[in-house]
Amino acid sequence: MPTVFSRIIRFGFQNFWRYGFSSLATIAVLVIALSLFLTLILFRVTANQTIASIEDKIDISVYFKSATPDGDMATITEAVRTLPEVESVDFISKDRALEIFRDRHQNDPTITQAINELTTNPLLAHLNIKATDPDEYAAIAEYVNSNENISQYVESISYFDNKLVIERLNSITSSVNRGVLVLTIVLTIVGALVVFNTIWLAIFANREEIMIMRLVGASNALVRGPYVVHGILAGIVAAAASFIIAIPVVHIIHPYLNSLIPTFSLTGYFYRNAIFLLAYQMLFGVALGSVASFLAIRKYLKY
Amino acid sequence: MIAFQNVSKIYSTTSTALEDVSFEIAPGEFLSLAGRSGAGKSTIIKLLIGEERPTHGRVFFGQYEVNKIKTRDLPEFRRHIGIVFQDFRLLVTKTAAENVAFALEVAGRPDEEIDDLVPQVLDLVGLADKANHFPHQLSGGEQQRVAIARAMVHKPEVIIADEPTGNLDPFHTWEIVNLLLKINELGTTVILATHDKEIINTLSRRVITMDRGRIVRDEARGSYILL
Repeated sequence: MPTVFSRIIRFGFQNFWRYGFSSLATIAVLVIALSLFLTLILFRVTANQTIASIEDKIDISVYFKSATPDGDMATITEAVRTLPEVESVDFISKDRALEIFRDRHQNDPTITQAINELTTNPLLAHLNIKATDPDEYAAIAEYVNSNENISQYVESISYFDNKLVIERLNSITSSVNRGVLVLTIVLTIVGALVVFNTIWLAIFANREEIMIMRLVGASNALVRGPYVVHGILAGIVAAAASFIIAIPVVHIIHPYLNSLIPTFSLTGYFYRNAIFLLAYQMLFGVALGSVASFLAIRKYLKY
Repeated sequence: MIAFQNVSKIYSTTSTALEDVSFEIAPGEFLSLAGRSGAGKSTIIKLLIGEERPTHGRVFFGQYEVNKIKTRDLPEFRRHIGIVFQDFRLLVTKTAAENVAFALEVAGRPDEEIDDLVPQVLDLVGLADKANHFPHQLSGGEQQRVAIARAMVHKPEVIIADEPTGNLDPFHTWEIVNLLLKINELGTTVILATHDKEIINTLSRRVITMDRGRIVRDEARGSYILL
């Protein structure tokens, strides 16, 4: 068995080198498929980051009535914080709300002057709530609204003003998520089929050789093995090549993407996950190359 | 050693390749299968190496009943036979030495034995100096000698040569025939399928003459007689 295995490996390497153009064509098609695969991974990450940055901007505010005692506001804050749907709660006091308002409008002299003329603070203390999932805002708003102990102190909830926008954003982000997933699956299948077809043709061109091996008395393992090794080698070389090609491409795209999504660095992501991305490429390339070879040769092993 | 018992091969109602063929071959024999193209010579060879299965009848090779060998066991069975084809059928990505070594490698022989045997057999067929040439770097005669070296290197019980001289000039034809005779003298059974009248008449060995799928003559020291 070790002899057969070592011969399979040796023949595989020999074929990889000696088939020359056929190996090169297989590698070229694999590079295209793997580059597509890598692009889809990076596209998914970018899309997810875009969605996350949009979702991060969504929150709801619960405004307390002016006369609500501090102790009750603290109790309500804690009650909301314990909800499983809530990721974070920020309590903004009246004074803090005014401070934020001032900061926001410090460059607008009219508003600054108007604020200075006020004798009382007209702004309300409120809670800024972020949900674990944007779909949960409706449930959180409903909880606040329907709980008698809380609602008696609540002046308004911003969710009901922004409901349409939040729902629309939720719908857009989930559509984008679904679209990217479908695109990934479809393009991965298309890429895999193109690779399968190329390897199928390469093995079809070698059918005479396969028949000769069978007639000389080669076992199925010894006929099929070298082709599978050949496919694996093509997968490894193609994965390395497509990864190297990706490096300058990522650097070229990075500044454009960064101006659209400042919170996301494509080069940062690429280098942080370089080992995983290369491993995915290798795995996908090797799986495609070896499985396609394994299957393509099957029909020539019948005689 | 080899026996065909009432073997027929029918592809369709209008195409019968073999019809009720029976014969035996003893160990060490040199048998020529003669006949025109389409007489059934190649079908007999295909049935003998398990490439085709008979429609009726049985084919025996030693302890094997060839028509009952499972596809997955065919490679092991074929290691008892050496085959030479008209179109040489060498592996184009392997050198002459690697082609010869391949027959030993598939049989699982150790590397040391292969390293010893291959140069010896290439020397025997007069190609010691072309061991590292690829098939496209060899002439037709040389390619056929590599094919014979590959067929004999693992010391098979039988060598089957299907029109081995069909693509060769007269000089190389006799080179190949003489090689086959030499192999036979060393004790290996040889089956030579040919339509070359001169070869058959010169050999003066057993001849089975085929016509339209039937055996029309089986003579111990036969000659080629056109029907």
